[in-house]
Amino acid sequence: MQDPPKVTRRSLLGGSLALVGAAAAGCAIPVGLGSAQTRVQYWHFLGASDGIIMNQMVSAFAKDNPNIFVEENVLAWGEPYYTKIAMAGSGGRSPDLATFHLARLAGIGAGAILDPINVKLLEEAGLRAADFSPPIWERAQLDGVLYAIPFDAHPMVLYYNTDICGKAGLLGSDGKLLPTRNQDELLAMLRKVKETLGGKPPLVFDALGLGTVGPWRVWYSLYAQSGGTLLADDGVTITIDDQKALQALRLMAQLGQEGLCDPRTDYGASVASFTNGQSAFLWNGDWETTGLKERKTPFSMTRFPSVFGTGAAQADCHAFVLPHQRFRDPEVERATYRFIAYLIKNSADWAVAGHVPAYLPALEEPDYLALQPQSEYRSVITEVALDPQVWFTGSASRMWIEFGEAFSPVISAERTPEDGLAAAKASLNRLLSAPNPFPDQER
Amino acid sequence: MTTTVAAPAAATPAATEAKVRRSWTQHGLLFVAPFLLIYVAFLVWPTVQGLRMSMSSVNIAGTNDTLVGFDNYAEAFADPRMWRSLWNTVVFTVLSTVPLVLLGLGFALLVHHLRFVQWLWRLSFFGPFLLPSAVVSILWLQMIYPPDYGLINGTLGTEFTWLTDPSTSMFSVVLTTVWWTVGFNFLLYLAALQSIPQHLYEAAAIDGASAWDKMRSITLPLLGRTTALIVVLQLLASLKVFDQIYLMTGGGPEDSTRPIIEYAYDMGFTGYRIGYASAVSYILFAIIVIVSLAQLRLFRKRAEGSS
Repeated sequence: MQDPPKVTRRSLLGGSLALVGAAAAGCAIPVGLGSAQTRVQYWHFLGASDGIIMNQMVSAFAKDNPNIFVEENVLAWGEPYYTKIAMAGSGGRSPDLATFHLARLAGIGAGAILDPINVKLLEEAGLRAADFSPPIWERAQLDGVLYAIPFDAHPMVLYYNTDICGKAGLLGSDGKLLPTRNQDELLAMLRKVKETLGGKPPLVFDALGLGTVGPWRVWYSLYAQSGGTLLADDGVTITIDDQKALQALRLMAQLGQEGLCDPRTDYGASVASFTNGQSAFLWNGDWETTGLKERKTPFSMTRFPSVFGTGAAQADCHAFVLPHQRFRDPEVERATYRFIAYLIKNSADWAVAGHVPAYLPALEEPDYLALQPQSEYRSVITEVALDPQVWFTGSASRMWIEFGEAFSPVISAERTPEDGLAAAKASLNRLLSAPNPFPDQER
Repeated sequence: MTTTVAAPAAATPAATEAKVRRSWTQHGLLFVAPFLLIYVAFLVWPTVQGLRMSMSSVNIAGTNDTLVGFDNYAEAFADPRMWRSLWNTVVFTVLSTVPLVLLGLGFALLVHHLRFVQWLWRLSFFGPFLLPSAVVSILWLQMIYPPDYGLINGTLGTEFTWLTDPSTSMFSVVLTTVWWTVGFNFLLYLAALQSIPQHLYEAAAIDGASAWDKMRSITLPLLGRTTALIVVLQLLASLKVFDQIYLMTGGGPEDSTRPIIEYAYDMGFTGYRIGYASAVSYILFAIIVIVSLAQLRLFRKRAEGSS
């Protein structure tokens, strides 16, 4: 152990009670009242099967650092999570560390709700800008100030059931799914599997439900493949290309109508259907890997199918942020950076959860390269379709939910692709016309 | 020093009385002070503060706080989603209040006349009201409405997407609300029914009144005050609907169920625009005040007319 711990506001209460005991000597004693451990409060939303991996990493860190206690709080993903971060940060008595989606950074009021990252402390902990994938590192900054530390990118991927695909004769000699390079090949593959499954829909994804974002994810993956964009760099001019947007929506509508995907599955049902082998393909983010392995589903993963040109896939990035605190305890702060550095340097462990590390050295590690099927889709990292950088985008943002709502009925044929696109454009216009709650000059 | 100095007041009884009254006032103030303080701190002050916020562009972090006058109100009145959510609130209020009052009355009459195992009927109608809104919402969301395995579709052999189809979503939410809250009105009606003196019915029976006559001329008129109370309580409760809708549909699909309170919540807490959300809240506040005043006048007239 290095220096004897300084008395802090946080440890004062416990420390003074334990003065008689071991705390004065600086030894770590069990967590609880009277503990000399530094407590780092950590909020995250990793509740899918990647939550299991995060929990293991927190435990591993605890083993290596007995003087730091990381209090892990798992909160529900989505809108409620960001509401909580905003409320906690605005009160100034927030957790010491929180996970975040990079695409939400522009909209959260960095500077007001998030505190900037202390680059000096970060370097002390052994992390430098050069260690990170450059485009992702850039997205972690606003006006040149670093507000987040990138952890990974998590693109849409294609999960496939190896048993069913084998029966349908879709696997190559290496046991991997034969690639599909355009719409016709994709449809042909799905039709073949539909036959194998006796007419049941071969493909599932999060197609409907409360606050569903699945239809947005699928559409944005397909649309970006043809080079389509939502907004110009100025962040106020809509650049949606109707032809390309409709082309993607028509494919989604056809999947539903032809019974090639199940238009009536919500998130949970889609994962369950794939897990139980009732469907052969799952379009989802890469984070269900651990759960599928634990439940012994015979599956593998590959990049989201390339249909309209490039192999782009919708993605966002997990990152760490420091919610605003009025009084930041220097000792807790140092411990926080140490914890962050531990997580990032062990990104290869994190990749087990399915995500592609943002920390470049991890991508070279043999441990990571040996991960199957996680390393199968790592090449997507150069073709990820990220959200435009405006205040209303990012995971579980209003835009995602409203686009999800606009496109969900297209899949179930309750709405034409044209009407779906019109609804999405109306949402985008509405979002653009509302004033940004955190205007730029405040930072 | 031109005023005359008053003589020592001790002797006059009127002065004593005044003194007593004053000291009572002082003591009274002392007694209500804690309440007043809390009332001012948690109701009056936030109300004033909210009004000020509604005229500013303040965000959830308390920054960007510049006064913008009535801009937020102007934006709200020009916002089709505000009108949509307001309309949803009105639709919900009408669709829920009518069955909640009628069914409450119907169930109460039924139970009042069923003379055996009354506790069982009472419990079964009132039971759902004891459940928290979260439990009720999850119960219906997860067990009754799901398209593939839900109780309704399972029984009917259909595959309706009750909550995710804009044409049925509001109806489904209302159905859940009626099931959940009808017990309260039922209980009020039952208590009122039991307090109607039995001799009125006996007298009517002697005069040869039929069951329907008794209902029309005795029961319903004597339930009038209870009905008035129930309608007022129900209207206010329905106008303020939030939790079951938030939990079951999140306001969707396509805003078909989003009530005005959820719109204010969405704008303020997930959209971070506290100023705009305050303006939306004040619009609802104004509507509730108008509804309350209208009802007050209506009942006053009725009371005057009947006396």
